[in-house]
Amino acid sequence: MYRSHVLVCGGTGCTSSHSPEIIEALNAQLKEKGLESEVQVVRTGCFGLCSLGPIMIVYPEGCFYSQVKVDDVPEIVEEHLLKGRIVRRLLYSETAQAEEIKPLNETNFYKKQHRVALRNCGVIDPENIDEYIGADGYQALAKCLTELTPEEVVKIVSDSGLRGRGGGGFPTGRKWSFTAANKADQKYVVCNADEGDPGAFMDRSVLEGDPHCIVEAMAICGYATGATEGYVYVRAEYPIAVERLQKAIKDARAYGLLGKNIFNSGFDFDLHVRLGAGAFVCGEETALMTSIEGNRGEPRPRPPYPAVKGLFGKPTTENNVETFANIPQIILNGPAFFNTIGTETSKGTKVFALGGKITNTGLVEIPMGTTLREIVEDIGGGIPNGKKFKAAQTGGPSGGCIPAEYLDTPMDYDSLLKIGAMVGSGGLIIMDETSCMVDIAKFFLKFTVDESCGKCTPCRVGTRRLLELLEKITDGNGTMEDLDTMEALCYYIKDNSLCGLGQTAPNPVLSSYRHFKDEYIAHVKDKKCPAGACKNLTQIVIDAEKCKGCTACERKCPVGAISGTVRNPHVIDQSKCIKCGACIETCRFGAISRK
Amino acid sequence: MLRRFFAVRQRTEEMLMQKKISKIPFKGTPEQEARLKAVIAECQGDQSRLMHVMQQAQGIYGYLPYEVQVMIAEGMGVPLEKVYGVATFYAQFALSPKGKYNVSVCLGTACYVKGSQDVLDKICAGLGVEAGECSADGNFSVEECRCIGACGLAPVFTINGEVYGKVTADDVPGILAKYQNA
Repeated sequence: MYRSHVLVCGGTGCTSSHSPEIIEALNAQLKEKGLESEVQVVRTGCFGLCSLGPIMIVYPEGCFYSQVKVDDVPEIVEEHLLKGRIVRRLLYSETAQAEEIKPLNETNFYKKQHRVALRNCGVIDPENIDEYIGADGYQALAKCLTELTPEEVVKIVSDSGLRGRGGGGFPTGRKWSFTAANKADQKYVVCNADEGDPGAFMDRSVLEGDPHCIVEAMAICGYATGATEGYVYVRAEYPIAVERLQKAIKDARAYGLLGKNIFNSGFDFDLHVRLGAGAFVCGEETALMTSIEGNRGEPRPRPPYPAVKGLFGKPTTENNVETFANIPQIILNGPAFFNTIGTETSKGTKVFALGGKITNTGLVEIPMGTTLREIVEDIGGGIPNGKKFKAAQTGGPSGGCIPAEYLDTPMDYDSLLKIGAMVGSGGLIIMDETSCMVDIAKFFLKFTVDESCGKCTPCRVGTRRLLELLEKITDGNGTMEDLDTMEALCYYIKDNSLCGLGQTAPNPVLSSYRHFKDEYIAHVKDKKCPAGACKNLTQIVIDAEKCKGCTACERKCPVGAISGTVRNPHVIDQSKCIKCGACIETCRFGAISRK
Repeated sequence: MLRRFFAVRQRTEEMLMQKKISKIPFKGTPEQEARLKAVIAECQGDQSRLMHVMQQAQGIYGYLPYEVQVMIAEGMGVPLEKVYGVATFYAQFALSPKGKYNVSVCLGTACYVKGSQDVLDKICAGLGVEAGECSADGNFSVEECRCIGACGLAPVFTINGEVYGKVTADDVPGILAKYQNA
């Protein structure tokens, strides 16, 4: 028995800010003080509050130390672990306000969260199968194999109301029943862990923090649909996730939880890991399967649907990581546990990756139907630097934006679709008044142009033409007709593209045009960027009061646009200025700025 | 014959600003070849593992030159066009070598909103290299990358895997100096 446990986050965010070195230093210090048999150090998955990493929690006190440095370790060991005195200066400020330490789940960031998919993240050691089993792991699989028929498993999942968490929102139980209904000599289960939305990282966190729950859920899915083999398709950009998943599969095999005759039930199931190689379109289910088969990841037309003809031409069930992560809990606790959370049509919880211009960036899991205002103001801690909330982008390059007037919209599948946005994969990027919506739309389109696989013309050529139109607008050469062309082209691409990538690519443009039309018009008519983000529509000016006339900028300007005499304020000739910004960097008095 | 196919493809690709086959002469060692052969032997007969072999090959050589693609095609029993097709489809496969220090700047949404474009511009200016290129002395290459999943630390870039988070354009010269003087 250990008298104290130190949990250190080993997710990608905290690993990037040196949490492995912290663990090493902790173990070395504990050994030096002879405490290694009394204090256990555990490397866990992500706690969610990534902006304060590296994070360390010491139990039984529940002290939440944030932004810990390797140099802080001796003090933590000496003061806290040896003498029992909490190192108050390292405590997360919100927990340290009063004399008593505020429990973590009462802080604003955690209070409104409800963790189902992320249940074990930041709690157990993801590389230790015994810890997972200790946290009710593999009990759901045992229950399925020994007490339930495949039909009963599908029914429980259907009754829970779980819908696909990867973006589509298709009812998971129904998907399973389609595959189950098809007869074939071989069926497959595929887990989509090709998390392509730049700005979403919940799948990565689940795989890093709780890989066994995916192994278990896929085996359950295999039992329910009659599949004996599964593939997990993971992004190669997630090395930690890949490593932990591979270890989890190996350990599960060693325990007989994968392989032949699991739990003596006669059911066989095994898993393989396949690495992606950086193609956004592979997040689309048919493209993903084409990629697993070793080809260019181009989508296939549907029908036939994967449930009929999927991977290697066999019936296949494909679900997203977060969808799978909910399964063991639903099986163990019954459908009512899940369908009593959330709204009428969107049951359960959803993980959002909160990022951008917000105080608390990280992962949050909330009941469906929580309003955006609660996420931004309470959980996210508001917008930093006294700026104002302008919009939130959901669903990444396939989604749309939510402007300030819709802050009270409940976050669920249907409410978001109604206002032209979508839940999508759960990326939630907050933007303040300095973000230009036209520029953001252009950013997403640049992404889709790069990632379009080139198979169908509406997407390959259409998105490029659309990007050119947006570039024309942000360069200050747009006309009002261009705006109409832009809108018409958007609908054309949506209606005619082969797969989800093209069909949703114009969404960021359409939704920002719908909610921020003024901003587009300001770019076209007044040749101004209200947010000051589009370089070609801003002017660089010298503040005459701050300028000391040192002539540094005049010498630096590559086009000779700056003139003036020594010790007198200089001026910029706007007709010559190319807006490179070299003068802003050169000025030592902060007299030059973009306006 | 195939060389010519590649040459024609290359010209078209240059026009489209896509991946280019490297003009730098191939310098593979017998040890590297032996390692690649071992990987191929393990996966032979299962064409669905082509990408795995290519990923391993890139790990061994650092990139996928023409000569390596030929070895893979022959070893796996697939046409060279298919290997080339897969190599050019996925962003991860490089057809030209990377610098001694590879700087990879995240242009994911969270990083972009927090100014990673400025960081990238500053890095390119500081090294005198365009994104997607390698410096003439072979020391630095710069690439744009998609989300590495460290959105909580946005904006981020990596140099040979070492992550620099919450950076501003002003931090760039100091960080680069560490490598330039190394």
